[in-house]
Amino acid sequence: MMIRGVGRKVPSLLRLSSSSSYTSALAAGRNSWIHTPSIEREAVDERIDVPASLSRGARFQGFLRGEVPRRHMSAVATETHPSVSTDSFFSHVQQAPEDPILGITVAYNNDPNPAKVNLGVGAYRTEEGKPLLLTVLQKAEETLLAKESRNKEYLGITGIPEFNKLSAQLILGSDCPAIAEKRVSTVQCLSGTGSLRVGGEFLARHYGGQKIIYVPVPTWGNHLKIFPLAGLETRTYRYYDPKTKGLDYAGMVEDLRAAPSGAVVLLHACAHNPTGVDPTQEQWEGIRRVIREEKQLLPFFDSAYQGFASGSLDTDAWAVRRFVNDGGEVFVAQSYAKNMGLYGERVGALSVIVKGADVATRVESQLKQVIRPMYSSPPTHGAAIVASILADKDLLEEWKVELKGMADRIISMRHQLFDALKERKTPGNWDHILNQIGMFTFTGLNKEQVEYMRREHHIYMTLDGRISMAGLSSRTVPQLADAIHSAVTKFSS
Amino acid sequence: MSSISTISLPTRFSGSNLLETSLLPNQNSLRFRVASFPATSRSNVAVHVRDNGTSFSSAGGVRRTRISAVAKETGTSVSTDSSFAHVQQAPEDPILGITVAYNKDPNPAKVNLGVGAYRTEEGKPLVLNVVRKAEQKLLADKSRNKEYLGITGIPDFNKLSAQLILGSDCLAIAEKRVVTVQCLSGTGSLRVGAEFLATHYGGEKIIYVPSPTWGNHLKIFPLGGIQTRTYRYFDPKTKGLDYEGMIEDLRAAPSGAVVLLHACAHNPTGVDPTQEQWEGIRRVIREEKHLLPFFDSAYQGFASGSLDTDAWAVRQFVNDGGEVFLAQSYAKNMGLYGERVGALSAIVKGADVATRVESQLKLVIRPMYSSPPTHGAAIVSLILADKDLYEEWKVELKGMADRIISMRHQLFDALKERKTPGNWDHILNQIGMFTFTGLNKQQVEYMTKEYHIYMTLDGRISMAGLSSRTVPQLADAIHSAVVNFSS
Repeated sequence: MMIRGVGRKVPSLLRLSSSSSYTSALAAGRNSWIHTPSIEREAVDERIDVPASLSRGARFQGFLRGEVPRRHMSAVATETHPSVSTDSFFSHVQQAPEDPILGITVAYNNDPNPAKVNLGVGAYRTEEGKPLLLTVLQKAEETLLAKESRNKEYLGITGIPEFNKLSAQLILGSDCPAIAEKRVSTVQCLSGTGSLRVGGEFLARHYGGQKIIYVPVPTWGNHLKIFPLAGLETRTYRYYDPKTKGLDYAGMVEDLRAAPSGAVVLLHACAHNPTGVDPTQEQWEGIRRVIREEKQLLPFFDSAYQGFASGSLDTDAWAVRRFVNDGGEVFVAQSYAKNMGLYGERVGALSVIVKGADVATRVESQLKQVIRPMYSSPPTHGAAIVASILADKDLLEEWKVELKGMADRIISMRHQLFDALKERKTPGNWDHILNQIGMFTFTGLNKEQVEYMRREHHIYMTLDGRISMAGLSSRTVPQLADAIHSAVTKFSS
Repeated sequence: MSSISTISLPTRFSGSNLLETSLLPNQNSLRFRVASFPATSRSNVAVHVRDNGTSFSSAGGVRRTRISAVAKETGTSVSTDSSFAHVQQAPEDPILGITVAYNKDPNPAKVNLGVGAYRTEEGKPLVLNVVRKAEQKLLADKSRNKEYLGITGIPDFNKLSAQLILGSDCLAIAEKRVVTVQCLSGTGSLRVGAEFLATHYGGEKIIYVPSPTWGNHLKIFPLGGIQTRTYRYFDPKTKGLDYEGMIEDLRAAPSGAVVLLHACAHNPTGVDPTQEQWEGIRRVIREEKHLLPFFDSAYQGFASGSLDTDAWAVRQFVNDGGEVFLAQSYAKNMGLYGERVGALSAIVKGADVATRVESQLKLVIRPMYSSPPTHGAAIVSLILADKDLYEEWKVELKGMADRIISMRHQLFDALKERKTPGNWDHILNQIGMFTFTGLNKQQVEYMTKEYHIYMTLDGRISMAGLSSRTVPQLADAIHSAVVNFSS
């Protein structure tokens, strides 16, 4: 669309209004530009309707951007169409829905009721309901920042070498044969998410098997976004059994058997998120045999709770180590967000265990090619803290004590909640509160019950009935028990 | 690299009898699994292993349990049946490879001019005083914690970053048309922007980058999902801007394409358009072609010493009311390299559009790394928000910029002194951390070999890596190189 014949001197402002044909052209992503031969840069507040020679012959009004004195542009927009976004390259962009978990915290923050409880957040809280900065963390940070010799130079693409080495030892065990055989390549990444994304992109480019990853149902919501964006087709396998509120072992094995050979399988190393349901050691062995011997699938472990689930670093690493020590190939995403309380520092590592030191070297060189165009190199601060703790015998022991403290508090919340429901003779079987492990309990409450609890009892949790035990305290357990009791007696499950 | 291609077993073990082979962890033993095997304890089995055309045979009989010994005797070191056996070794990063070579050099007179990181007169990395102060403040703040940031990072950081680059009186900010999200330094901001554009851009999903440009640009955008083309930029004859070529190439681009512009201190050439040239470029972009400018701002304050001067071009484009994408890095100007601090700003036509764009940016970030790291951005926020720290920072920033400019003058004078052939004006005309010397590969390799000067093969040197002590050595090396080898 062109305006012709306007002439050499025109008022500084052309006021044009929109017509449906004009706006629809924009919505389709085609920009309609209005050209005038010249406009003089005078600050004149004239408004003029300009008939335009459009193919449709319609008069239209809109707002001209271009050679107009800019201090007048916004004034016109306010007077005419305050929020009209004409000819933006992005006017068609839709509002994305709020993150399902963060949306809970937003609602919680907006609630004026002082008795509100936030059980949506997947972050540890003390008995007083406060975030916790581990003492060992504070010590390590102070020491780090006091060192005159330290600097803020770029890390290499794969991060701090010491951090990588110690992280591999932490999850695999310092006596792991794969490490001794140099078959492990570990690269520092941005917490669990970053490790999964880098691993996913690497697999999408280089994996010699089927570029399909199987994730459990349910799983952490972000898994379902990370892998497709990384370039892997994402499918699911049965995992949680709502009837038993435990593992659907037969269904899981059946679905893994139905997967094409050489596909990738995402496994939660321990403390499955969101259900808290983990396979027993026996079940893990069964799963391992299907993966290794029957189907030659590639296991990709997501380890976000090592030490946090049972209180023991070795116990929580058992499943990962079984798979690594049978000599097969494994991907492991490690996060220090929860077990070191380093959430916002984004500290994690991706380890790739392969068959051959030569392969490991080549894989590492290609991992760099994934990382470099994503963010060049990882952030130094958090990883430096982790490395200093893991490398120091005393700090390591201190950490283990604090870690066990957090895990124990969560386990005691499980017992307190279970006892409180028993006390109230709340209908239903609540054994799963004790059987499930880790930060979350999959209560089995349905959407109606969850919304009721939020409305009447100011308890905030995700709509799938998941509660963060880490957000509970002795003070709030009775309130939660009352709310659950009320919800299950008022609404059928 | 090789793999077992055939393993032939005697006829009583048919080919389909072979279920799998695997290389034992010691890498020298090959394990076979067969569907059936005679139960007798010893069988004469000749095992043939073909490895890349060569074949080995076992001698004599092997028990099932001793087949593992076969490969050991034949001396193969094969990585069989790894799902990654085919993965190729990727080449070393061209810039990092220089530092690797430099580190290996035992000569004490070696000089590293490859690294794009500031060095003091003593050749040491610099942590700004104001950064140390801010860090200590953070440490002492008992109310702070390490909780997750929101997906878009620290709100104050975002607000102050936008003000820093756009000016606090920027109309677009007042009109709420600017959305700023904390990202991982420049690279992270570019990548998030690229992925957003690849999904949501209403124009042509092609980005034009200058020739030459920072090498990583050519990887970030394709991986982000945007087709990448180039426009002429550096003129080797003048060692300045090929303005005509640039305009011509921008005019040849399809309307609505994206154009990557270096906000100031072009990397690697140090050649920036003049204000007049910027205006010409702007008119082509805005009025003739309706291209979307995507600025990469990695050196604000670092190039001229003035934050406002170095932001001039960006502000011209934002203040003409058009849409702009902008990647900001605090790696160099705050010396926060390894903390990965940066921001992506999208300036759009409409506050409502800005809101929707922000919501979609979150969907790019969440599956990439969930939320950005807190430490570095907390430092920047503190400094930008505190009047005194802010002034201190400006002084230290100018100090770094001035030292670099003085290195330019010292090098220029040293070459003049030596009557080194050639025109060396570009050393003074170029701006920022780097000088594109115009030296060719042969000359560069000579300088590395004979004078232990390390620089990238395109002839780029980091002025930030020079000192009064090493300027004479560099001048000697350049003199020698241009005299011994034709340019």
